[in-house]
Amino acid sequence: MRLNVRGLRDLDWVIVTLAVVIAALGMIQIYTATHETRWYNAWWRQAVYIGMGIGGMLAMSRADYHSLIGKSMPLFVIANVLLVVVLVVGTTVFGSRRWINIAGFHFQVSEFAKLVIILLVARYLTSTKNDTLQVRELLKIGGLVVIPMLLVMRQPDLGTALTYLPILGSGILLAGLRNRHLAVLAIAAVVTPVLAYHFALKPYQRSRVDSFLDPESDPHGSGYQVIQSKIAVGSGRLFGTQKGMQTQLRFLPVPHTDFIFATYAEEHGFVGVVVILGLYFLLIMQIVHNAQTAPDRAGTLVCMGVAALLLFHLLVNVGMVVGHMPITGIPLPLMSAGGSSTISMFLMLGLVQNVRLQRFVH
Amino acid sequence: MPDVATLPADQERDKEHEVRKVLGEDPKAAANRIAVFRYICVAVFLYLLAGFWALQIRDPDYYAELAEKNYIRSQPLPAPRGRILDRHGRIIVDNHSSFSLYLSRDNLKEDHLDAMCSALDLDCADLQERLRRYDRTRAKYEAINIKSDLTSAELSFIEAHGGQDNFPEMEVIQTFRRIYPRGGALAHVIGYTGEISEGELDSADFVRYKRGDIIGKTGIERQYNDVLMGVDGQRRVLVNNRNKILKVIDHKGAAAGRDVRLTLDLDLQAVAELAMTDRKGAVVALDPRTGEILAMVSRPTYDPNRFVGRIRAKDWSEIRDNLDYPMMNRAIQAQFAPGSTFKPIIAMAALEEGIIDDRTTATCTGGAMFYDRFFKCNLRSGHGYVGLNRALVHSCNIFFHNIGMKISIDKVAEYAELAGLGKRTGIDLPAESEGTVPSRRWKMRTQRQRWFSGETVSVVIGQGALTVTPLQLAHSIGGLIRAGEWHKPHLMLDPPPSLDPPRKANWSPENTSKVVNGMFGVVNQGGTARGAAIAGIEFCGKTGTAQLASNDLIRSRKLGLQLSDNAWFVGFAPRVNPEIVVVALYEHGEHGDRAAPIVRDVVKAYFDSKHRRPQTLIAAAGAAR
Repeated sequence: MRLNVRGLRDLDWVIVTLAVVIAALGMIQIYTATHETRWYNAWWRQAVYIGMGIGGMLAMSRADYHSLIGKSMPLFVIANVLLVVVLVVGTTVFGSRRWINIAGFHFQVSEFAKLVIILLVARYLTSTKNDTLQVRELLKIGGLVVIPMLLVMRQPDLGTALTYLPILGSGILLAGLRNRHLAVLAIAAVVTPVLAYHFALKPYQRSRVDSFLDPESDPHGSGYQVIQSKIAVGSGRLFGTQKGMQTQLRFLPVPHTDFIFATYAEEHGFVGVVVILGLYFLLIMQIVHNAQTAPDRAGTLVCMGVAALLLFHLLVNVGMVVGHMPITGIPLPLMSAGGSSTISMFLMLGLVQNVRLQRFVH
Repeated sequence: MPDVATLPADQERDKEHEVRKVLGEDPKAAANRIAVFRYICVAVFLYLLAGFWALQIRDPDYYAELAEKNYIRSQPLPAPRGRILDRHGRIIVDNHSSFSLYLSRDNLKEDHLDAMCSALDLDCADLQERLRRYDRTRAKYEAINIKSDLTSAELSFIEAHGGQDNFPEMEVIQTFRRIYPRGGALAHVIGYTGEISEGELDSADFVRYKRGDIIGKTGIERQYNDVLMGVDGQRRVLVNNRNKILKVIDHKGAAAGRDVRLTLDLDLQAVAELAMTDRKGAVVALDPRTGEILAMVSRPTYDPNRFVGRIRAKDWSEIRDNLDYPMMNRAIQAQFAPGSTFKPIIAMAALEEGIIDDRTTATCTGGAMFYDRFFKCNLRSGHGYVGLNRALVHSCNIFFHNIGMKISIDKVAEYAELAGLGKRTGIDLPAESEGTVPSRRWKMRTQRQRWFSGETVSVVIGQGALTVTPLQLAHSIGGLIRAGEWHKPHLMLDPPPSLDPPRKANWSPENTSKVVNGMFGVVNQGGTARGAAIAGIEFCGKTGTAQLASNDLIRSRKLGLQLSDNAWFVGFAPRVNPEIVVVALYEHGEHGDRAAPIVRDVVKAYFDSKHRRPQTLIAAAGAAR
């Protein structure tokens, strides 16, 4: 199917504007958080990534998501192969093997795998026969999504592995679930973390959970970051500190990536937080709006997958900053410094644009 | 039967609905479910906002206050390493208290570094590199050691400038400095300590340790690092922004490392070190009954005290670029042809295999042809009519070349390997060499050539491709004179190491005593080491003179000492149930009889101290073991 209507005029300019404004605020924040540290040039690298992301978004909006969904299985296989390659030859940073080095760029495969999983979920849940999902269908799509999750956990990168779940979750929500199955999943959702804590987590992961549950128990080990982050946020008060004492003194480790929102909250206070969270909220709502106006179920699934993923990232990253969530090391989309996460987020927004551009096709 | 209320129009709509359902497109159901997602979304945002509300609006003072006094200082309390003692409990390596300068990084001003480096004579570029490495991996509040063993001048500089107004980031911590024996004595056995390197951090041997730890780098310090190293303590204090300690958060005492007692005897060691003064080579003394190493010397040596803390680049390049390789532990790493010291093993093999017996003789005229090549004997006028005993006593090559005509190289290799040559003895020191025992398979594997029988003729007199380390030689002869019973050489006495039962060959005692009697004659019956006899002790041994190059080559090229022969001597005493085996390697010593006095001195010292030492003390040392 070819597009009949095309061009910049029909893009969802609300999404474009929101995304670019958030990314620009993130870039400014990266600059102020790092300008006297050894990461002082992170902000303009981020500017390059944002530029590449916008380009990627435009390109993605011009492809046809149906043909992308049609190719989701080969893409899925490629993604898994690349994840295995990362485990074998990847670059190790902080004890975790996440990156492949291609032509000087550190390429984080697990970020781009999100796109593929969105397409895969859309493909499998579009063709269900009933109003609610059958057990067999549930196991099939669940089993597929678990493969990259396990590979990413091996890196080890539990945080990113978990981000694949909301994509699956939103798909299942849309496809419908019987009450009985819902109950089983709910029980599993409660029991699995407990079992995982005792049997599957590595010691460093366990200590992170411990320090989340009781940060004061180990104020200088894993709890250190939680406490420092809360202090940074708290000292921001209503309008924020101008100087950013915490960040400038560099109590916060790597202030420009996972903890970017802590430095933002410190400098801009509660007012600034409300503004940015408001922008994110509008962005998600606009994506959901596109899900409702999508020409078909596949489009809805794609948009909802992106929305759910974004919501999950916000919940876990911003929740971590205020001490509501354990430290999982996942970035804040569009704001945290990092090429793979920024570009893959823009590509996902490109998918949403793609769905929107085809809403008049029928 | 159709429902009464069902109108055609409704039926139509239901049908359409049915079609869309099959296609999986039910907009109404989807809309409801999307609405659920919107509610979830609102809930998540309210939840997040509530978090910020609590921190920033409800009780911000709590966190603002914390932020102000958020200066946690961590002061390391280094644990002393265990001492290293000799077998009688005398101290070989000890610690002494010293002061180290630590740099706290959370209030470090980069522009202070230059001034500090010039005042304290530090390499600034190196320091900045280390700081970068630490920043990547360690919490900011942990201080790092930048200079150990401060002099009193440096201490007073820090005292004068360490205040809030100048360099508040400097902190002086009491630490322990390792002191090693002076003059490089035992340097190779003991090794030295240093800060863990990047490569070691990645290696499996050091998984327990973290950046900044001081670990054993070589020798016993490395081998038994886990025993010797204690666990550092830490004191954490809260300081205000004027660097005043407000509160001690916690205090975890240091746990000292454990002392180790080695099998070495410092008396013997001192005699052996003295005997090797200004010579190149090695001495190994061990107790063949247990495998305990009593003394181990390697020369030239180096001063491990220069490595304590961080070695200066100048000192390091001086040691590294020395062509005599002072860092090499020749006792376990030098691999040379053993020369005639190999003959006892060949004699044993020939006796056990029935190749020779008491009636076997050879006539030595100073040289003979074997496989179309002329082999000279060490006595130009010839030894005349020789049997095994005289062949050993006078080290007659011709007799052994004759054995070489009859024995296969694989048999030679079998016995040499049985005696522990050609493989690591397994001593508890890192980086032991293997030596080489040539065989058909070895030659095919390494040179892709078949073995020539003419080569066997050289190997049986300890030349050719055969190489051994001094330790291997002591180990192999030590087991041979016990009729084939080899105890693994080791240096650790306490904590007691787990030892395998000895390897056994079950050679005949008669054959053993024939070889032993030959070695007795070397010293006591006018043999090649007749000058080394010790009154009152049945001191036995065997000389060895090993060529590094053919003598003709030396004469023609005038290469001099660099290629002149190595002198070996392996000695033991007493003749029956020997208690000590000593090997001396004197590089470029030219003839084995020049290595014999070294061994004699050590053996004599052993019996002197044994007779002088009250029996009760020896019993006590035995009980402590």
